[in-house]
Amino acid sequence: MSAPDGIPPDTAEGLDAHLVVDRDAFRLDITLSAAPGDVVALLGPNGAGKTTALRALAGLVPLTGGHLRLDGDALERTPPEARPVGVVFQDYLLFPHLSALDNVAFGPRCHGASKAEARAQAAGWLERMGLAEHAVAKPRRLSGGQAQRVALARALATRPRLLLLDEPLAALDARTRLEVRAQLRRHLAEFEAVAVLVTHDPLDAMVLADRLVVIEHGTVVQEGTPSDIARHPRTDYIAQLVGLNLYRGRADGHTVHLVAGPPLTTTEILSGPAFVAFPPSAVTLHRDRPTGSSARNLWRCEVAGLETHGDQIRADLTGELPLAADLTTIAAAELDLRPGAPVWATVKAAQTHAYPA
Amino acid sequence: MTPPASDTRKGGRRPGRIRTGVPFALLLPALLGLAFLLLPLVALLIRAPWHSLPEQLTSPEVWQALRLSLVCATSATALSLVIGVPLAWLLARTDFPGRGLVRALVTLPLVLPPVVGGVALLLALGRNGVVGQWLDAWFGITLPFTTTGVVLAETFVAMPFLVISVEGTLRAADPRYEEAATTLGASRFTAFRRVTLPLIAPGIAAGAVLAWARALGEFGATITFAGNFPGRTQTMPLAVYLALQSDPEAAIALSLVLLAVSIAVLAGLRDRWMTTS
Amino acid sequence: MTPRTARRARRTLPLTGTAVAALLVLSACSSSDDTSSGSSSSAPGAAKVSGTVTVFAAASLQETFTALGAEFEKAHPGTEVVFNFGGSDTLAASITSGAPADVFAAASSKTMAIVTDAKDNASAPVTFARNQLAIATLPGNPDQVTSLKDLTKSGLKVVLCDRTVPCGAAAQKALDASGLELTPVSYEQDVKSALTKVELREADAAVVYKTDVRAAGDKVEGVDFPESADAVNDYPIAPLKDAPNAEAAKAFVTLVRSAEGQKALTEAGFLTP
Repeated sequence: MSAPDGIPPDTAEGLDAHLVVDRDAFRLDITLSAAPGDVVALLGPNGAGKTTALRALAGLVPLTGGHLRLDGDALERTPPEARPVGVVFQDYLLFPHLSALDNVAFGPRCHGASKAEARAQAAGWLERMGLAEHAVAKPRRLSGGQAQRVALARALATRPRLLLLDEPLAALDARTRLEVRAQLRRHLAEFEAVAVLVTHDPLDAMVLADRLVVIEHGTVVQEGTPSDIARHPRTDYIAQLVGLNLYRGRADGHTVHLVAGPPLTTTEILSGPAFVAFPPSAVTLHRDRPTGSSARNLWRCEVAGLETHGDQIRADLTGELPLAADLTTIAAAELDLRPGAPVWATVKAAQTHAYPA
Repeated sequence: MTPPASDTRKGGRRPGRIRTGVPFALLLPALLGLAFLLLPLVALLIRAPWHSLPEQLTSPEVWQALRLSLVCATSATALSLVIGVPLAWLLARTDFPGRGLVRALVTLPLVLPPVVGGVALLLALGRNGVVGQWLDAWFGITLPFTTTGVVLAETFVAMPFLVISVEGTLRAADPRYEEAATTLGASRFTAFRRVTLPLIAPGIAAGAVLAWARALGEFGATITFAGNFPGRTQTMPLAVYLALQSDPEAAIALSLVLLAVSIAVLAGLRDRWMTTS
Repeated sequence: MTPRTARRARRTLPLTGTAVAALLVLSACSSSDDTSSGSSSSAPGAAKVSGTVTVFAAASLQETFTALGAEFEKAHPGTEVVFNFGGSDTLAASITSGAPADVFAAASSKTMAIVTDAKDNASAPVTFARNQLAIATLPGNPDQVTSLKDLTKSGLKVVLCDRTVPCGAAAQKALDASGLELTPVSYEQDVKSALTKVELREADAAVVYKTDVRAAGDKVEGVDFPESADAVNDYPIAPLKDAPNAEAAKAFVTLVRSAEGQKALTEAGFLTP
């Protein structure tokens, strides 16, 4: 295969991939690159193509186009069993008929190690994961967190140059999740090759990954460090994930003219296409039109829905500007908020954040 | 909740019946079905020539036929496993043009009258058959009238049971385990052998038991393809059939033996394989 | 294998047939007997025959009886002859177990005795034909079989009928009489199966009835052997006691024993009694 992107093979360390997969009406077309030691999270809503991308990297679905290079080796045509790739599947897929030890030893066995050698290696991995005393246990006797670590040990035991994790924490309950997330972070930090994880949970992505790649409808919509993406969302999906109200418009000085809606006043001075974002907590609600308020951004809205959000109430508002507002339970009661109720919303310019689109 | 008036009356008369929860409309046909299946077996036991049974059962002919039956049914099951399990895998896990047709053809022996199957086997593997003539000319192998012929006839009739059973289990089994194995470096065959095969073992066992039972009772294809010769091709069902013509008592005695052996084997396997999972 | 069944479709309606026959017989009885001579060409004095007549007959009678059945239906309009051809012993066993049959034609006295011992026959059986054994070989007789003794040659695949069926018993009698030891490759469950094995060239030779050799045409070649005279089978026929259609049963037996019936049997290779 030729190198359409002009990157000479064998110089690039790490992952260099352009994945194109056509499947029925769906098309995945993303570019991914990562240096050894990087942890990249593929973040996106259900059906965005994250898992397809992961399966393409593992060789479980063939590429219809593009290329896949790992440490300079072209892998597009390599069958999954010959790829130096380890996978931790969403529900782990530990072989139910094998003990934890034999699950981990499976990879080394397939790579030519003798039975004793493979078991010794596997025992080492379980030790490292703090699972030595569970070596003889069958997967159904392991807790969710233990199974997750066995799955990780099994994937690492083949010494992959690319580690793939598909929703690594999705199968866990909230309490174990916290603990396992911390452990996984430590293990990924130790891992010296490229790790790619797929998740729809922004917290998992931000805690575990150095870099996020957000995928929607089969294409990359944004990528960057977790903090950059949290601060500068560029799609509604990401804004929702990171909990911001996001609008797109055209900036002119301190004012951003929204594509459909009122102008927004910001502190930044910009010109040209721009995004404006502010958190729901920056919104103040009033029953009557505020007269003494210094806020430049004032809109007449209507309550569309209410839900509790931690110890806050989140109000979904429609009207001049659709937005989400957070307020305390007491404030909500005083305002007599209920679906259909008219309200006035204000946002201080200092609490908005505008950036070029 | 207050039950309707009619129920109250009924409940007042027979309070115990209402609670059992088995609708009469299901219970009656169910019991009828049970009786229908068990009655012939009971009749066999009632009419069994118990006084002459020891004498009947110690005759060498009975043991010869029984031994041959067990050997042939077991061989047919083994052969079915060796070629049937991979066939089931092919049908369940791969996609090729005409797969539906192939699957239908595989199940054909299930509906084909066994005698027709026997004739078809003669036309294919007989001394003068499509393939058989070459086997004879090149290797001097003729299959009809041999114990091998019995095994082949039984395999032909019994293997579809195994294939269908294993294919069903394979379809129900999660193919992602195979994928997981390949990402660990296993070839597709290794993945099948070390992961899929152990996972579907209960289904294979169930299919093998079905196939074995079918092979043990096989009559039509066997007598048509392999003929009837004591010790070589005369299995228990053939012995029963021919004994029935001259000596019904002997036939009943033989049937009892076959029945007892089947029950013993099926019960033994059930305890070992089918109830554990 | 279940006994060969001719006209399977019709057999699914034996009850209807029987009921119709009973009605017809009743109506025939209620009308004056004097008027019954009209269109029927049956033997004089016989009552008008109608309805279904079920005949259980030895497998070796298949061709002849099928032809005679057609004759019977022509001679007695409104009748229908339903045959069940099979091994005589199987048929005898089903008759004693209560199978609804009007006539039984067996290939040996021994199998007929199963029925008469159970007193299931309406009148004493009579022998209507005799059959002699012959050797069926492959067309052109490539193995040059000329005598019963030739069948004992090593390497020759011979099939016999099982000893429990008449053709097998007869073959054994002939072999015993000539002091020959013959190990066949198979003991077939009836004479047609034995013949089929030669027709399909799976066996080199079979000891079957002369009539079967003749019926098979050029698919086999027949070889007569003198020892067959020692093992001639009598074919007895009898109407049955529980016959649903007793009148027709009698008429069918009469037809088989008539000159016309005997001619058909002789043409098929049977010997006259």
